[in-house]
Amino acid sequence: MKMKKPLAENAMLISILASVISIVIGLLVGFILLLILNPAKAGTGIGAMLGTGFSSLDQFGKVLYQAAPLMMCGLSVGFAFKTGLFNIGASGQYTMGAFFALIGAIMFQLPCGVCLLLACLGGAIWGLFPGLFKALFNVNEVITSIMFNWIGMFLVNLCLANMPLMLASAWGASNSDRTAALATANPGAIIPKAGLDKLFGNSSWINISVFIAIGVAILMWFILQKTTFGYELKACGMNKEAARYAGISANRNIVSSMVIAGALSGLGGGLYYLAGTIQYVLEKSILSMGFDGIPVALLANSNPVGTIFSSLFISYIKVGGSAMQPNFSSETINIVIAVIIYLAAFALLVRGVIVKILKGKKERGVK
Amino acid sequence: MNVLANIISLTIIFAVPLLLVALGGMYSEHSGIINLALEGIMVIGALCGCFMLRMFDQNGFGPAYPQLAMFLAILVAAAAGVGFSLLLAFAAINLKADQTIGGTALNIFAPAFAVVVTWAVQGQGQTTIQIPSWIRITQESLGMEPSNGFFATLFFKYQYLTTPICIVLFIIAWLLMYKTKFGLRLRACGEHPQAADSVGINVYKMRYAGVMISGFLAGIGGMAYVIAVGSGFSSSVGGYGFLALAVMIFGNWKPFTILGASIIFALFKVVAAYNSSIPFLPKLEGLKDKSSLYQMLPYIVTMIVLVFTSKKSRAPKAEGIPYDKGTR
Repeated sequence: MKMKKPLAENAMLISILASVISIVIGLLVGFILLLILNPAKAGTGIGAMLGTGFSSLDQFGKVLYQAAPLMMCGLSVGFAFKTGLFNIGASGQYTMGAFFALIGAIMFQLPCGVCLLLACLGGAIWGLFPGLFKALFNVNEVITSIMFNWIGMFLVNLCLANMPLMLASAWGASNSDRTAALATANPGAIIPKAGLDKLFGNSSWINISVFIAIGVAILMWFILQKTTFGYELKACGMNKEAARYAGISANRNIVSSMVIAGALSGLGGGLYYLAGTIQYVLEKSILSMGFDGIPVALLANSNPVGTIFSSLFISYIKVGGSAMQPNFSSETINIVIAVIIYLAAFALLVRGVIVKILKGKKERGVK
Repeated sequence: MNVLANIISLTIIFAVPLLLVALGGMYSEHSGIINLALEGIMVIGALCGCFMLRMFDQNGFGPAYPQLAMFLAILVAAAAGVGFSLLLAFAAINLKADQTIGGTALNIFAPAFAVVVTWAVQGQGQTTIQIPSWIRITQESLGMEPSNGFFATLFFKYQYLTTPICIVLFIIAWLLMYKTKFGLRLRACGEHPQAADSVGINVYKMRYAGVMISGFLAGIGGMAYVIAVGSGFSSSVGGYGFLALAVMIFGNWKPFTILGASIIFALFKVVAAYNSSIPFLPKLEGLKDKSSLYQMLPYIVTMIVLVFTSKKSRAPKAEGIPYDKGTR
């Protein structure tokens, strides 16, 4: 999202208010849809959407576990937004990150930390392509990213199908449509739980990944706000020509921004699949996690610290969404998310209204 | 010989949705609006069209008058596409919202909405709307003797009403864009809206027209995609909307180059989908999951082609920029 000048001195508050209003309207639309589809069960449906995440420690552990990759994809999309790029390819980068991490874990029996670095590398490579294509050949990064989402998915499928050692069937299980379970293949690559599982009532989901993600979010905030490199990136995003005039190489910034964005998504893939609870299944459609990074980034107005909260929210209603079945499809959540982004699209307008209301109150106060 | 007829025929039927949707994107972008929502519009068009077919199939109207029913379903798909595209137009034109983000929102909305509605209508877990078999144009349905030759395969094995409609629409789209006052004005709005406004053209109206035409074409395109794939509609159009965007860029925003581009991509899609039954392709012994390799091809070819054409390609100058009367 393009950040215009702060509309009032409390721009932060206005951004948060705008996001909250979008969320409330999104949930309302979702509820109305449920009412139309099945009036009798609509109450339980929305209750499941909003209540499941806090219903038990196990479910809350799941919220935190899913928030980590969402946060990384959100950071990825947001980081690219800051440079004026739309990284719709987070999904492909995420898939590549997961693939690299799993190769490190299963084929080379590496420890968890190294596998996560490999995940960053895989994502960074997949982010490099849109960056290079944009900088060298002037190909729109949206098209390149979308194409590389598909290429990445098919490439990972092709590679896994031809690497028998990677599949579950090589490690004593019967199915060959997914990668080996880390518990049997390499327990050393599983992200440590650090005692959190005891704290969360033996939840199988929770591990330290969410804290890793929060750490990265704060690091990204630091880079964007406190370093020259971050300043140059933002300058390119706000006005490419002005940045060029000031001696900032736009092409170099486009490439480095996409590489970093790719590494962030890739790390997300690593965090998700190295938890040991989920195996990578050979997919026929693009993984949705990367696309979910887009609403996370938009809700947070691309602010890395805001991303922490928006990813927790999206993860929370996603966990609720799976509890809505079988009465309603869990896709209802995506409708809510779509409405929220649609509203975020004219965030400037929403913000304008909020500023008007706030100013109106102030003037009345003066009188 | 029949293999060749098969390939040509399949290529045509896969090129139809790409061509329609890419032409839709062309209209929208020439008016100055980037229509990233093409994928979502296709889904909504296909959803409504398929429900119409399902209804006609159940009440007996379809089997009695197959092509009329098909035509009505296509009209419904087009209307649904226009309706859904208005959401993008409203956000992008009236509210001056970021067009990419608005389009993304609609792309997330459409498949989710399709799944939820399909569930609601067909019952839990029934995520695929079946396509009735009577919609195909066969020799029997035209009162001809069934035969099995080259031309019979070419024209009657895989063809549906969407193909002739696509040809007609292509000609109309080209005429409208380059031979009428409306087309000239539309293009002016995408190049320099301030100048267009200064000679009395209503930029907002023209942009609405551009987006609505793209919705019309993409809605039909969605329907054409579902028919081409042939296994029923399960709330997805397989990334064709995005592929159509790439085709449009490769086609340099011009109808005839878009036609060529969509045929090339359709050919690669057909090779990808039917690689095992095409005799002259390399067999690649020892490689598992060959289909993944072939399925990558259309996307890799797209990228290579874009690398060579993007330097020269010229997008409408004002696309993506909301028009504000105050900037005149």
